[in-house]
Amino acid sequence: MGGFIQSSTMRKFAMALSGLFLVFFLLQHFIINLTSVTSPDTFNELSHFMGTNPLVQVLLQPVLIFGVIFHFAMGFILEAKNKKARNVNYVKYNGGANASWMSRNMIYSGIVILAFLGLHFYDFWVPEMVHKYIQSHPEDATRYYAETIAKFESPVRTGIYVVAFIFLMLHLLHGFSSSFQSIGWNNKYSKALKGFTQAYAIIIPLGFIFIAVYHYLNH
Amino acid sequence: MSVLDSKIPVGPLADKWTKHKNDINLVNPANKRNIDIIIVGTGLAGGSAAATLAELGYNVKTFCYQDSPRRAHSIAAQGGINAAKNYQGDGDSNYRLFYDTVKGGDYRSREANVYRLAEVSGNIIDQCVAQGVPFAREYGGYLDNRSFGGVLVSRTFYAKGQTGQQLLLGAYSAMNRQINRGKIQSFNRHEMMDLVLVDGKARGIIARNMVTGEIERHSAHAVVVASGGYGNVFFLSTNAMGSNVTAAWRTHRRGAYFANPCYTQIHPTCIPVSGDHQSKLTLMSESLRNDGRIWVPKKKEDAIAIREGRLKPTDLKEEDRDYYLERRYPAFGNLVPRDVASRAAKERCDAGFGVNKTGEAVFLDFSSAIQRYGKEKAFTQGHKNPSKEEITKLGKGVVEAKYGNLFQMYEKIVDQNPYKTPMMIYPAVHYTMGGLWVDYNLQTTIPGCYAAGEANFSDHGANRLGASALMQGLADGYFVLPYTIGDYLSDDIRTGKISTDLPEFEKTEKDVRDRIHKLMNAGGKHSVDHYHKKLGKIMWNKCGMARNAKGLEEALTEIRELREDFWKNVKVTGKENAKNAELEKAGRVADFLELGELFAKDALHRNESCGGHFREEYQTEEGEALRDDENFKYVAAWEYAGDPKEAKLHKEELDFKNIELKTRSYK
Amino acid sequence: MKLTLKIWRQENANAKGKMETYPIEGIEGDMSFLEMLDVLNEELVAKGEEPVEFDHDCREGICGTCSLQINGEPHGPDKLITTCQLHMRTFNDGDTIVIEPFRATAFPVIKDLIVDRSALDRIQQAGGYVSVNTSGNTIDANSIPVNKHDADDSFNAATCIGCGACVAACKNASAMLFTSAKVSQYALLPQGKVEATERVLNMVRQMDEEGFGNCSNTGACEIECPKGISLENIARLNREYLSASTKS
Repeated sequence: MGGFIQSSTMRKFAMALSGLFLVFFLLQHFIINLTSVTSPDTFNELSHFMGTNPLVQVLLQPVLIFGVIFHFAMGFILEAKNKKARNVNYVKYNGGANASWMSRNMIYSGIVILAFLGLHFYDFWVPEMVHKYIQSHPEDATRYYAETIAKFESPVRTGIYVVAFIFLMLHLLHGFSSSFQSIGWNNKYSKALKGFTQAYAIIIPLGFIFIAVYHYLNH
Repeated sequence: MSVLDSKIPVGPLADKWTKHKNDINLVNPANKRNIDIIIVGTGLAGGSAAATLAELGYNVKTFCYQDSPRRAHSIAAQGGINAAKNYQGDGDSNYRLFYDTVKGGDYRSREANVYRLAEVSGNIIDQCVAQGVPFAREYGGYLDNRSFGGVLVSRTFYAKGQTGQQLLLGAYSAMNRQINRGKIQSFNRHEMMDLVLVDGKARGIIARNMVTGEIERHSAHAVVVASGGYGNVFFLSTNAMGSNVTAAWRTHRRGAYFANPCYTQIHPTCIPVSGDHQSKLTLMSESLRNDGRIWVPKKKEDAIAIREGRLKPTDLKEEDRDYYLERRYPAFGNLVPRDVASRAAKERCDAGFGVNKTGEAVFLDFSSAIQRYGKEKAFTQGHKNPSKEEITKLGKGVVEAKYGNLFQMYEKIVDQNPYKTPMMIYPAVHYTMGGLWVDYNLQTTIPGCYAAGEANFSDHGANRLGASALMQGLADGYFVLPYTIGDYLSDDIRTGKISTDLPEFEKTEKDVRDRIHKLMNAGGKHSVDHYHKKLGKIMWNKCGMARNAKGLEEALTEIRELREDFWKNVKVTGKENAKNAELEKAGRVADFLELGELFAKDALHRNESCGGHFREEYQTEEGEALRDDENFKYVAAWEYAGDPKEAKLHKEELDFKNIELKTRSYK
Repeated sequence: MKLTLKIWRQENANAKGKMETYPIEGIEGDMSFLEMLDVLNEELVAKGEEPVEFDHDCREGICGTCSLQINGEPHGPDKLITTCQLHMRTFNDGDTIVIEPFRATAFPVIKDLIVDRSALDRIQQAGGYVSVNTSGNTIDANSIPVNKHDADDSFNAATCIGCGACVAACKNASAMLFTSAKVSQYALLPQGKVEATERVLNMVRQMDEEGFGNCSNTGACEIECPKGISLENIARLNREYLSASTKS
């Protein structure tokens, strides 16, 4: 593992894999959330399954948490190393001439997403853990929907959600396709793949925003 | 009997090299570890020699003024490298390559050296391919060839328009392998300031660390000078800004003879000078002459109108154009050798037909090629009656595929679209055939001091054929020097390390310091470039494409006066012991100011015209070069005698046993 | 043309540098950027001041020596050219031009606009070669046919001039494009495949030791590369590295 993390290429590889994993998780999360708009019952069912299934709780959840922490920690390590690689800054640096804003500001979009995750954990994950493992409540498979939409009563919180997902969109616009480059996948299909990743990067966050706004307007 | 011993082995031409290799002494591998070699210059010759000698086991130190060996000016060679592989089955052979080279050089080169060059040419290609040099290939996966001016076969290997770059990076990679093994120590941003002789033998150099300004002593058992040519004596040339004669000239001053300094190649297809600010000239590959037609207006008034911008070249009618190369040389047309094409352009411009604002440019026109290719393409695509626009469009596509990068480069520099309006070109100094005199072993007249590549004089005679410079550089470095240097070093196996504390090192270092000190403390009136530009003007006007006795005599005086003025009044800013570009330039220009005089002296003494040396007094009625084989069939090797004007001439008679001397004709 | 130049001046590696302003007049559009600096230096020398030092040599875009960051971009605003091929007609009368050295921790400043790029040499020394003896006893050049497509791709990677614009442009000062170009050149040829594993591991190790940053695929290097070296080479390096890691 030491050698694995020491080389720049491997660090980027690890960053890409954790990123791809999170992108995949995002899709799953989105599909479940979407059911809160289409069918509260399905939403409850799925949420209950995810919240109580031992496989999800004991195996997938720690993997996910590790993935999130790893991706962020590595992001910060890389950023620190990259800053060190240029000890004197340019007086004038025209970064926009040769690279997209998204690609140059992954750390900032990442930090916004991290801050959002803090809120998100505070909103959902912490209460959920407390509810399940600290306090003892009788099991209620129908509580999730009401708990969820209750969070979107506040315009401020909804606003924060919207902003956070815009940053997620920016992060994904570069990060998703970039991760394929990092694992060495660049060939004649790359153009099509890039189209797909960009569509994904726009549609999924927009979907999340739609769900948040929908609940805010319909609570 | 001449004091010059060329050490050409006896025996039939084709067996000389093999026989020589069998006869010369070798150094055993264990002893090689105790022998140091200094190589100055890391271009094709120096880089390849360094790699090979290090691989053999010698301890090699390389020196280059650039920040990396990879930047030596060999990198700028465009067209290709010749080799008698006969992959095309078109009748090529070692003999034919030998013959073409000797003839192309106007019978002023040494038969044995040229034959050896042809003999090892094939090996170069094998070697480079093994090193991973990405030569152009055909669809079958085999190496592709193109043809070049002055020959009847396709023997030029190439990597697009960047052959020199790829070959140099190949040699650099071989060097890197040895640097990684610790067998080469690479001193970059170091300039050789002088050669150190101990008991008459080359035993080291004094170098200046260009970053810190420190003067360093480096000792070795042999010194190889592979520092390139001296085209920058003209100020404007296609050489790199830093290309200089200092290493070769300092060696000359320490006793190495300088051969044929007046043989200079002026390349016909360069982008013309645009103004006084111009710092260097850019070559457009010779390959353009395959498809471009060269012309000037027939009438002077049209030429003037074009110069003043009142007339567009494209508006001039066909019958008002003078395709002077096609007119004068119907057989070879636009593909005559470089020296002939250059002189013809000068003749027209001197007569007042030049077409740019300075009157020193001719047109290189692709419109016929565009039409011809366009028709062909339309026809093969099944359009039997294509419109004019269609033809032009298709034709442009074909021309773009062939020369796109050159056209783009031209447009960047000149800001004109060469697909629409003809290119303007003018000859420029490109390569110097003269250089340090060497024997068959590439040793100069100083024992233990060798010269390789463009820095020596050996293989091209009075004119070099296209794609032969790369061949010679790599042949010297990979395949000749590593054998021949062992013959000399076999006597040095017991010498042990050469101490840099010897009085000779001390003395030479002092000379170097005094000279730098003198430069730094001169009168301080004019910049170094001021002198360099003045020297360039004298050289170009009086020792350029065409020379005459009167002009050369004037040049001798003017250069001498300029040199005296330089030492009195040059202004060098900055500090001695720090990075100082002005000081670097000053040292080089000081040497150019001496070489320039020897150049003129050599040109004046050679009362004939041959190859790149054209004396106006010696021409045929049609204005072609008139050789004098009876009196000048020799190499002029000059011995330094305290001042360029006192230089002493030594002659090495050239003996042609395998080739009949003929007048070159391209009519 | 009249211009205002803001140029980084620094006496030596240890000195503290700063931006200096120089007004300049009489610049023509036909001048190259370096010829414009020649004019400035001629004026400075005439005044007895030290001229601005900058790296340059061939002045035809192939040696890779020139290295200026001009208005925030390596080799200036034009694409697919080096600084020596940039012409003043790209600028307008009255413009202010900011000229800085290439910046990277691995490229320490030597003087003014000159930086030390020997880190790039050391990356090559770590494995950028085929270990074949230069004795001339190799097999005939045509005995190994190479697919034309691979040969062309290999050539395109090999056209890298080692100028360091990729490092200068990259927000992370990463040398991945440079390193990958060499790795790719050899990885695409049968001659280079033999040592592919050691080569990529050693070159990446050296690249990391030199203190270059990590590639974050912004693509700035590809845009600013005067020779248009493709990002595909970086992906190829990544692949080569991964496969080499599993082998070693």
